[in-house]
Amino acid sequence: MAGFDDYDTDGFYDEMFLPDGVPRPEAALLAQLISSLPDGEMNRRQQAAERALLHMGITFNVYGDKAAAEKVWPFDVLPRMMQASEWERIERGLKQRIQALNLFLDDVYHDQKIVKDGIIPREIIQSANSFRPACVGLNPPNGVWCHITGTDLVRDGDGQVYVLEDNLRCPSGVSYVLANREIMKRTFPSVFEASHVLPVDDYPNRLLDLLLRLCPDYIQSPNVAVLTPGIYNAAYYEHSFLAQQMGVELVEGRDLVVVDGTVQMRTTKGLERVDVLYRRIDDDFLDPQVFYPDSMLGVPGLFEVYKAGRIAVVNAPGTGVADDKVVYAYVPKMIKYYLGEDNIIPNVPTYLCWDEKDLQYVLAHLDSLVVKAANESGGYGMLVGPHASEEARAQFARLIQDDPRNYIAQPTLALSRAPILAEGRFVGRHLDLRPFILYGKDIYVLPGGLTRVALREGSLVVNSSQGGGSKDTWVVPAVASSTEGAR
Amino acid sequence: MLSRVADSIYWMSRYIERAENVARFIDVNLLMILDLPAGSSEQWSPLVSATGDDAKFKARYGTTDREQVIQFLAFDRENPNSIVSCLRAARESARSVREIISSDMWEQINTFYLMVNAAADRGIESPHDFFQQVKQGGHLFEGLTNATFSHGEGWHFCRVGRLLERADKTSRILDVKYFILLPAVSDIGTPFDNIQWAAVLRSTSALEMFRKQYHHISPDNIIDFLVLDREFPRAIHYCLVQAQESLHALSGTPAGTFRNPAEQHMGQLRAELAYIGMQQILNQGLHEFLDALQTKLNLIGDGIFETFFALRPIGGTER
Repeated sequence: MAGFDDYDTDGFYDEMFLPDGVPRPEAALLAQLISSLPDGEMNRRQQAAERALLHMGITFNVYGDKAAAEKVWPFDVLPRMMQASEWERIERGLKQRIQALNLFLDDVYHDQKIVKDGIIPREIIQSANSFRPACVGLNPPNGVWCHITGTDLVRDGDGQVYVLEDNLRCPSGVSYVLANREIMKRTFPSVFEASHVLPVDDYPNRLLDLLLRLCPDYIQSPNVAVLTPGIYNAAYYEHSFLAQQMGVELVEGRDLVVVDGTVQMRTTKGLERVDVLYRRIDDDFLDPQVFYPDSMLGVPGLFEVYKAGRIAVVNAPGTGVADDKVVYAYVPKMIKYYLGEDNIIPNVPTYLCWDEKDLQYVLAHLDSLVVKAANESGGYGMLVGPHASEEARAQFARLIQDDPRNYIAQPTLALSRAPILAEGRFVGRHLDLRPFILYGKDIYVLPGGLTRVALREGSLVVNSSQGGGSKDTWVVPAVASSTEGAR
Repeated sequence: MLSRVADSIYWMSRYIERAENVARFIDVNLLMILDLPAGSSEQWSPLVSATGDDAKFKARYGTTDREQVIQFLAFDRENPNSIVSCLRAARESARSVREIISSDMWEQINTFYLMVNAAADRGIESPHDFFQQVKQGGHLFEGLTNATFSHGEGWHFCRVGRLLERADKTSRILDVKYFILLPAVSDIGTPFDNIQWAAVLRSTSALEMFRKQYHHISPDNIIDFLVLDREFPRAIHYCLVQAQESLHALSGTPAGTFRNPAEQHMGQLRAELAYIGMQQILNQGLHEFLDALQTKLNLIGDGIFETFFALRPIGGTER
């Protein structure tokens, strides 16, 4: 194998190559290095990376797969490259979006001006099962509801980047960005150095700062804890990684108890108060007294303590309503309404099945659309029309008709591709990008993010729970400086 | 430290030590077999008897031969005390406290588990080499724990877990010898008997240290050494001295007094071992003595659970 000689972009937008097969400027250095490597060297580096992930125990869990529930994080050694100038625009777009979404959250749980002004139909809010009446009138510290976001971006065939989903609840993946980066530094040390890749290592520090700021000043040394559902959760590795990197406690619901109006941890020396909780459990499971009564994962009484302002909860309960896939369709209007600006990154055109006209269109075009349940994530509850069987489409048609409010549809995008290493050769696979945004004192966007890549040929599903892989994302200044000594 | 975390650390450490000792356990028998006089047959049932898992073994295995016993003790995923099950449990515990322990410790447990798991899937070529690797894996983990983990609360729980497990398992390795049948009663005290005792010493990594102290291999001396020595790291008494130190470091209770059931049972057992003589042990019967010792160790373990780990209901919000 000598580099990319027989690599074909197949008419898709390729993140690494121009249509004529010439590397994009930001990827030139990397492509040059790879072409100069001896036969089999890329494979060796890929295997070394996989071995490192296995021994470091960097894993994720797959539900309903008993044989090997815990799987090693799938990783491709070729980084996904992005020019800093393009990134700068995306960064501005993401900041704009999260600002508007937070204003929306604060509005929707207070006066609902946006509804009164006729921008978003009342029935959409009312029918969103992620709208939490319990949160009405609450004021989270500093007025921020959604502190941590992992927006999904995709690029269509014409090169345009779209927001696919906002993920405002408990987005995961950032730990894998940091792990991927560690591995990449070992795999391509000198190209990495010569490319001046924007760093990501600062994330845990920034996250900790954000969490500490939510605590009232009078508390001398606040206790921060990460709340996990436990070691069988899909993202457990991430929960434990973040707690470790921040040096804070990782707790499960059973470690916590509400006593004297505060949330306390059970320690070997008695109870200890928790001041800030970075919860990685959905609202539904947070407090059985307020949400799902059967939840064993949460803490009875937690919500009362939160309401009284005696613990900060991140993200604030209630953010899910802005993550509803029907509400998503209104984000461009929110941006206009709250900020008076046009949205910088567009939405994917979305058909809302609760609208009779859209519903008819969707039912008639199931073979060309992607259908999603309004309230699911992780690639569950989804139909990729062009790839689905007649039977599956019929089943979805029934699901949609039974509960139109719960479904949206979008055109099947020609997702951009990038080369991955598969059985010793480079082949193009579809991918997306999940940048991570922290809303603390100011808004910080982690440069790059998690590139998720479908490993199967032609597949558009990139979720790791559905057989997707990942790549490190390198945001690099226009042209890398030097090729000297690159190896 | 969270009670749940302390619990996991304690068990992580116990399971690693247990896996290591099961390897020692099998190793002692492999060594003895090498020295069997021509014509005598291998004895594998004593090994199962000494683990106390007789019933579990009989329920699922037909014959008591080398292959079956090694399969049961090392690779049987349904036997919770097999090496592979111990490593799995240790890894699960470690995974739940990964943010607390050092990454060196985590990676060692993870790699150790992957090695044993692969051996369970693919089989092993040389049992002796494999059990040697398991011992090394355990030592490496202990070394990393001492060298990379702050010697605070977590480390003390680690140490108590390891030492209680080790004390129990040293007693069981001694017990293997009790269950081993000599070809004839008249063989007691013969060179052949001594060879078997030497195997016990070797499988506890004690041969050289023993020789420095006693020179001559005799059952009495070996019992004296493996039960009552205060300096040899696998001797039962040594384990308890150190474990007691950690228990008191955890609670802050002054030495010689107790404030919880763990310290109370520990103190009682320590006093017993401090003032008992080897001859008294033999008068009681070694097997009976070891049996009672194991029960007392369990009481200490229960006391630790009660004192530090149990999540008791609190106020009106119990679940």
